[in-house]
Amino acid sequence: MSAAFRLPTGGHVDRGTELRFTFNGRSMTGYRGDTLASALLANGEHRIGTSVKFGRPRGIVAAGSEDPTSLVQIEQPFPEPMLTATTVELYDGLVAHGLPGRGRLADEPDPARYDAKHAHCDVLVVGTGPAGLMAALTAARGGARVVVVDEQSRAGGALLGTREYLDERPWTEWVDDTVAELRGTPGVLLLERTTAFGVYQDGFVLALQRRTDHLGFDAPAHAARQRVWRIRAAQTVLATGAHERPVVFADNDRPGIMLAGSARTYLHRYGVLPGTRAVVFATDDSAYAAALDLANAGMEVAAVVDARPTAPRLLRARCCAHGIDVRAGHVVTGTEGGDRVSAVHVAPAAGSDGSADAIGTAGAADTIDCDTLLVGGGWNPVVHLFSQAGGTLRYDSRLGAHVPGQAPATVRVAGSATGAHDLSACLRQGWEAGCEAALATGSRPDEVALPASEPRAGEQPGLVLWRVPGEAPRDAPDTRFVDLQRDATVSDVLRATGAGLSSLEHVKRYTTIGTAHDQGKTSGTITAGIVAEALGVELSDQRPTTFRPPYTPVPFAALAGRDRGELHDPARVTAVHAWHVARGALFEDVGQWKRPWYFPLPGEDMDTAVLRECRAAREGVALMDGSTLGKIDVQGRDAGRFLDMLYTNKMSGLRVGRIRYGLMCGVDGMVIDDGTVIRLAEDRFLVTTTTGNAAMVLDWMEEWLQTEWPHLDVYAASVTEHWATFPLVGPRSRDVLAALAPGLDVGNDAFEFMAWRDTVLDVGPGVTARVCRISFSGELAYEINVTAWHGPAVWEALMAAGEAYGITPYGTETMHVLRAEKGYPIIGQETDATVTPQDLGMAWAVSKKKADFLGKRSFDRAENNRPDRKQLVGLLPLDRDVRLPEGAQVVDTDDLPEPPVRMLGHVTSSYRSAALDRTFALAVVRSGRERVGEILHVPVGDGLVPVTVTESVLYDKEGARRDG
Amino acid sequence: MQLIPCPWCGPREEAEFHYGGQAHVAYPEDPGALTDQEWARFVFFRDNPCGPFAERWSHSAGCRRWFNAVRDTRTYELLSVYRVGEPRPDASERDEVVS
Repeated sequence: MSAAFRLPTGGHVDRGTELRFTFNGRSMTGYRGDTLASALLANGEHRIGTSVKFGRPRGIVAAGSEDPTSLVQIEQPFPEPMLTATTVELYDGLVAHGLPGRGRLADEPDPARYDAKHAHCDVLVVGTGPAGLMAALTAARGGARVVVVDEQSRAGGALLGTREYLDERPWTEWVDDTVAELRGTPGVLLLERTTAFGVYQDGFVLALQRRTDHLGFDAPAHAARQRVWRIRAAQTVLATGAHERPVVFADNDRPGIMLAGSARTYLHRYGVLPGTRAVVFATDDSAYAAALDLANAGMEVAAVVDARPTAPRLLRARCCAHGIDVRAGHVVTGTEGGDRVSAVHVAPAAGSDGSADAIGTAGAADTIDCDTLLVGGGWNPVVHLFSQAGGTLRYDSRLGAHVPGQAPATVRVAGSATGAHDLSACLRQGWEAGCEAALATGSRPDEVALPASEPRAGEQPGLVLWRVPGEAPRDAPDTRFVDLQRDATVSDVLRATGAGLSSLEHVKRYTTIGTAHDQGKTSGTITAGIVAEALGVELSDQRPTTFRPPYTPVPFAALAGRDRGELHDPARVTAVHAWHVARGALFEDVGQWKRPWYFPLPGEDMDTAVLRECRAAREGVALMDGSTLGKIDVQGRDAGRFLDMLYTNKMSGLRVGRIRYGLMCGVDGMVIDDGTVIRLAEDRFLVTTTTGNAAMVLDWMEEWLQTEWPHLDVYAASVTEHWATFPLVGPRSRDVLAALAPGLDVGNDAFEFMAWRDTVLDVGPGVTARVCRISFSGELAYEINVTAWHGPAVWEALMAAGEAYGITPYGTETMHVLRAEKGYPIIGQETDATVTPQDLGMAWAVSKKKADFLGKRSFDRAENNRPDRKQLVGLLPLDRDVRLPEGAQVVDTDDLPEPPVRMLGHVTSSYRSAALDRTFALAVVRSGRERVGEILHVPVGDGLVPVTVTESVLYDKEGARRDG
Repeated sequence: MQLIPCPWCGPREEAEFHYGGQAHVAYPEDPGALTDQEWARFVFFRDNPCGPFAERWSHSAGCRRWFNAVRDTRTYELLSVYRVGEPRPDASERDEVVS
């Protein structure tokens, strides 16, 4: 079934491939090569949807991405909102409907893949119209590496809306030959369906390639649907063309009212007539071409209404030959119709000198019946990318548009993007730009013959007309729409200027004009013109609104590319991860690491599991996977000196075989990390960091080594993942270790606290361990380090060796409880970059002998010696069962007054303790150490929880349990 | 995405770099000899010029080397880059780099 408005021949559609689609519930057909818009017009469907605010019927205004109205929702094959029908390529089975300005996001995951690709080139050409192709051909023949991108599925640019001849052949032959040559030239990359949407610094251009959208259901699952090209170009040629401008008049938004040039595109590119009977509203010569082409194609053209006082003589004569009534000095003052325009009102223009401000309407309006009104208000060069690149814009009062002014050194503009209209001028500009760009990159462009084109000098200059003058109706809403998508009218603009706004940026935000999907491509300049008229200023004195990327909407999925799910933020797991999973561990995210949080037995909740794990560590033996601990190998003659500067205590005096705990501060004296330092040799230390700070500490070391102390002979390298690290904790840990390390004397005197030993493990041939006698729980404990490769075997051997003692695997929550019972802070939990070692009660870890170290001088600052600084203390709720929420505030009143309430500090850690048989918390509290024994209050919900302030160490204050 | 010319690797995208604040602010030789005010000036105060500014940068996702750069804070243009320990290029040398 052939569609009613499709011509029997013509257009660049594949008439052999009929495609079925459904729009607004109606089944229709189109051809491969159609857009959804052209297929709808071929079927006589002009009404797409309704407007966002007033619910007025809206249709199709343009043929490309500048279209302000044809928003559709795709339902099949995959739900996708807010696409313009003019940019959706038709495919078989497409199901879509028109949108009232808002769409619906898919409620199912997008199965498509998206990716990104880098390209580097000498010359990037944006646009494959005559200017762009000429530039690309010239640069490519000169040997430059060229990337050419074009938004459309077919090269040709503005030629697609014409029947021009080049070198006395239809333009398609020259274009196709040129494309074939470019494709065959090594070093040239030609990308169709690719929109350059952003220009950034240093020749960086982002472009979105729609690779499989047009295939619909046939899109192969393995191919990325869309790709973001990250192009770095030494030179850029922008041949981005021009957008036709509408003219604003009453009821200018009805379906069937379309830009004149776009109607030509539907005719010549798709073989589609926009209707049966047209009126053309012209302000320049180019709109006559639409009238003549449509008349030639068999459409009835009732009249050309030319706002200029006189019509161009030759064009008028040609119209007359087709029986087209040319009414010079007339304007369209309004339209009639419902879902489609049915008539236009035409009235004589009042002015006779041709200037816009002299035009008014005089005399009675005449009504002309039609179902199509084509409007040509002049052309706006597409300067978006040029402006983004840093080019300045200049207002050209002849064109009524902003044209490129001063270009950045590496950017050139060619074709109608400069304001040129003449085909031969566009070709010549393309050639020039291609030559200059190629020369600038060291290529030597050869002579490239310009294809001959029919000279078509305009007969008569255009008239710049933003709107047909007239008052808004008194008792009805204004229907003179400036931004059709935002339902913003002339009255809205005048309300903005009437409210005192004079900057276009302010008017834009006040009226929302230019903020829809089309970003004001057809409404921006008109708004500027109306504002200038209203304010009585020159448009050239108005700064246009900023052109920001993206030029056209870009799906977030495309920007994300493959950085989704696992690949967005990779999870790091330890060598023993599979064992934890099999054991049913729950995991906690620490940085990128997955750490076992606790290991519940069947039926256990978290509290029960953690109490059981804590009890095992305090009474028997427990094992933890601490492999995520940051580890840095620090080597070199000056390693000791270096660590002396980094840590608050003295590391150079540490003996080989011994371990020391250290605090690290910033120059401001605030604690930034802590950990153990073990001395492996005179010139070698192994430093551990908190899990989340490993990268930061290595960066910190590098920064000082490279920038301040490059004379020190020190090298630092991360060895975090080289080692599997297992704290073996509890009174029976010595027995378990002894069973596994028969060659190691584990006696308290032979292997004392804060010492380390290398030993062979009875696990398999060649399995050795470095065992450190350190404790983060206060219990007798050994930290067993083996190469990550042996991690699983050693872990299982430890579990087996400990079975007789009820060895219990434990996670980070139990680790936190055990250390909190001992008052050991976690950097980043108890601290927040405003906490000094003294605040933590850790002055014992700060050397008094060292001449200097990072942070030392700051400890003497008055601020750091205030007695009311927040200090780390313990809090015991009077009710032993109440667990305070972490982050809760601490106040010194038992009756909360109206805010503001003086806050003394906050709860940093809070747990239920098996050892203490009660709940407890750590907190930082003003003058905390002086308050030990006081009762303070913690607001929780609507009530206040009374708590007793204690020292931070709550368990085994004497340290009796350390040696087992 | 600006290109930053790492003096070790050549031009790389800015996302590979980490900013390190004002350059040529030496760690005081003897912090203990400074008044609180002098020390606070070193710890907390940095210049914020409108125009060329000598800064520290780290090629953190590349060679991991620190280097210095003179950058125009108005245009983001890097007027020169130089290795740690090398003197800040004076104005005339900078002009050469620019041209």
